[in-house]
Amino acid sequence: MEATLRLGRRLASPALLLLGLLVAALALAGLALGPVEIPPPRVIAALFGGGTPAESAIVWQIRLPRVLLGLATGAALALAGAALQGVLRNPLADPGLIGVTGGASLGAVATIVLGGFVAGALPAGLRPFLLPVAAFFGAALVISFVFALARRGGETSVATLILAGVAVNAIAGAAIGAMVYVSDDTQLRDLTFWTMGALGGAGWTLVFAAGALAVAALPVLLARARDLDLFQLGERAAFHAGLDVERSKLAIGLATAVAVGAVTAAAGPIGFIGLVAPHLARLALGPRHAILLPASALMGMALILAADLCVRLAVPPAEPPIGLATSLIGGPFFLWLLLRGRGGRGHA
Amino acid sequence: MNRRSFNTLAALAMAAGLVAADGNTGAWAEDKAPGRIVVAGGDLTEIVFALGAGDSVIGVDQTSNFPPEAAEREQIGYVRRLSPEGVLSLTPDLVIAAHDAGPDIALEQLEAAGVAIARAPETDAAAAIPEKIRFVGQAIDRADAAEALAARFEADFASVKDKVATIGSSPRVLFILGIRNGAPMIGGTGTTADNMITLAGGVNAGAGVEGYKPMSREAIIAAAPDAILVMSQHADRIGGLDVILDLPEVALTPAGQARRGIAMEGMLLLGFGPRTPDAIAELARALHAENAVAAGL
Repeated sequence: MEATLRLGRRLASPALLLLGLLVAALALAGLALGPVEIPPPRVIAALFGGGTPAESAIVWQIRLPRVLLGLATGAALALAGAALQGVLRNPLADPGLIGVTGGASLGAVATIVLGGFVAGALPAGLRPFLLPVAAFFGAALVISFVFALARRGGETSVATLILAGVAVNAIAGAAIGAMVYVSDDTQLRDLTFWTMGALGGAGWTLVFAAGALAVAALPVLLARARDLDLFQLGERAAFHAGLDVERSKLAIGLATAVAVGAVTAAAGPIGFIGLVAPHLARLALGPRHAILLPASALMGMALILAADLCVRLAVPPAEPPIGLATSLIGGPFFLWLLLRGRGGRGHA
Repeated sequence: MNRRSFNTLAALAMAAGLVAADGNTGAWAEDKAPGRIVVAGGDLTEIVFALGAGDSVIGVDQTSNFPPEAAEREQIGYVRRLSPEGVLSLTPDLVIAAHDAGPDIALEQLEAAGVAIARAPETDAAAAIPEKIRFVGQAIDRADAAEALAARFEADFASVKDKVATIGSSPRVLFILGIRNGAPMIGGTGTTADNMITLAGGVNAGAGVEGYKPMSREAIIAAAPDAILVMSQHADRIGGLDVILDLPEVALTPAGQARRGIAMEGMLLLGFGPRTPDAIAELARALHAENAVAAGL
């Protein structure tokens, strides 16, 4: 264990650098590759305002927002997953477990099905934002509710947090089921596809909004690396080591809700990343959160950008949902790491 | 309330379609007919081919399966989940999009990349099909051919309706869209299936629900349909009409006892394209048997 830790520390910076390079390469590939073949020099020209109108529309309106949303989504989901796994000391925790994704989905589905009644009263310019705003508030509402439930006498019980999350997920699922029942077939098709997630469905304004919220929330999580290390000793030990356990839990919970709510609102619920990216990072670089957190974020970004490249190049001109690709790429990779690491570490 | 907002939406969609069409024809007036067309909507594809512009069609969506050569074109996927860059990779001059094509952002991005978009009006009844034909004609600069096709459609449609009106029988028909989790999804009021059943001289036995909804077993028995109508694609997928007629709730109805199941190709039955009069006649023949023959169908 100690050897692993030392090894992890020694390898950390080159490994992080490598991951960073991988993400940069994938982001560049995301700008350069797509069903429309644009040679790299033309992509660069289009980026700096030199291309034909069609080329600059493809690069600026389609590929760039997509790549940025991918970066924000990957980082937010993976970092939130890593932080929650740390706080809850539960390797199966992901943003879905404590109901964030369920709340966001409920907000979105309610907008798709019932939004017609509200949309008429809104000015036309605001209507496209109804769904992301509802998804965001759905997520925020659920997480405040779950935290309020779990808080008793100034202490937040981790077990109650998880159980309340499970219950809230069930309630959100039932409410979504009711919405599905009253929806007409167009709405039904819309919400089926929304729940599969997509990076391509967001325009610039939405990407900006989601990106800004994610960027605001993620440093909060990154700064809690030491807290998360202490949490691994158990809450009592962490408290005696001088950690303000309650404050830390609250900060992590809120930052998670903001980050995950924002990207889910823009990209739909994209599963698997929040669960698997932190495990991948942990298997590769060890459990120290100062390294684990940035590594998870980079891993999440790399996974989602790779998945997005796959779906847009798989069967052009059509495009399968991204959720298929994240699981198809992440699953086998995860299994490989798991089997490879089994000799050295009994429990990752 | 629901109905009203629905109508408003329909009106908006139509207005959008007309505006788009006007803008486009203006641009092409000095140009020529678009040479590379992508169509999102099976009914629109049928119309484009019927107007003789099939050779210009380079990409179609999943619902475009008629005429058979349409299905050989590049496949752009599901009509409500278009990939803007995928469509752009076909370098179209024009995208003819169904009223419900989307997502909106994809169409906006296509327009930003300089592709003309013609958004079709919504067709909520068979009687509105000529309008759609004329719309397509305008969009692809074949207004004369479209006028002729629309006139032929109106004549055929009127003739089929007249013949159906002389049939005395009016069997109860239950349209089953699919069987999911055990409960069959029924075509209720306001659906295309409802419209087609009525046009073919039947009574929709699923009129107790609105839209496509699952119907409980007892409700199906209580609805007492004389015939079951399904899409042939669906029947093939689950292993034939017999599987549906053997469902306990269906077997107990008059339709199940008389083994009266009708399978029709989905786009023919529900597409609201130029073949709709043929579809009505085919359905009427299946529903009324010798009465339909006597009526000249």
